[in-house]
Amino acid sequence: MPVIEQTGTEEVHPDVALVEASRNGDTAAFEKLVRQYDRQIFRTAQHITQNREDAEDITQDVFMKAYNKLEQFQGNSKFSTWLTRIAVNESLMRLRKRKTSRTVSMDQDVQTDEGSIPRDFADWTPDPEQQYGTSELGDILQRTIAGLSPGFRTVFTLRDIENLSTEETAQALGLSVPAVKSRLLRARLQLRERLSRYMKRNDGRVKP
Amino acid sequence: MTCTDFLARMTDYFDGEVEPELLAEIKAHLCECHHCEVLVDTTRQTIRVYRDHQVYELTDEVRERTVTRIMSACTGKH
Repeated sequence: MPVIEQTGTEEVHPDVALVEASRNGDTAAFEKLVRQYDRQIFRTAQHITQNREDAEDITQDVFMKAYNKLEQFQGNSKFSTWLTRIAVNESLMRLRKRKTSRTVSMDQDVQTDEGSIPRDFADWTPDPEQQYGTSELGDILQRTIAGLSPGFRTVFTLRDIENLSTEETAQALGLSVPAVKSRLLRARLQLRERLSRYMKRNDGRVKP
Repeated sequence: MTCTDFLARMTDYFDGEVEPELLAEIKAHLCECHHCEVLVDTTRQTIRVYRDHQVYELTDEVRERTVTRIMSACTGKH
């Protein structure tokens, strides 16, 4: 059985012990890992697929696959990053199945600069939570991120919503760090531009 | 520094990964360029509003069902 790499005196992530125990058949340890990351995996899957049922299925599939492939986890990335990589691949595969006539990949539509050149420079309302109710704001946020291509919304989801580091995002997506930075910039700019139509001040005032 | 120069460095600026000398140039640009100042402010708000409002959450009921299915499949292997 391969032993998870632990280099030098670096602090060992608590997941490492849980993974080792799971490999040795301790299902309670694996359940801890499931409960630690199921919400994050579900959110990532739903952001990519934009479909709740698919995201539920993917969440199950990710942990079942991870359990069956625990031997392959070498510990050179975080366990959560490894899980996220499985989730991204499963989600893109699900998108491909749904859109049989179109190819869906991390590279789809990311070549375009459309929407990445800032045009709207209006100040925003300082408190969108007060301007819109929680439910309406949620609808706006869902609709807006759904308009991004899968490649852009995936990088924004991992880096900005799930708070992975740039390096972890690169590992999860199989991209280089510069590629993640470039896509993240364009994803943020496109999202900002699209949100601006809802968030800009409509009282004619500019920020003091 | 031009707006295009700033845009090329905006991700590093957000991540706090710019050298002090460049940071000073960026700050000077933001002081004199209202468009870039708004860009920074509204991009930060974009990130914040998505972080603060998780739009997709597992309900407790679906979560328990999902965990049960996962663990049944896993324990079935042993």
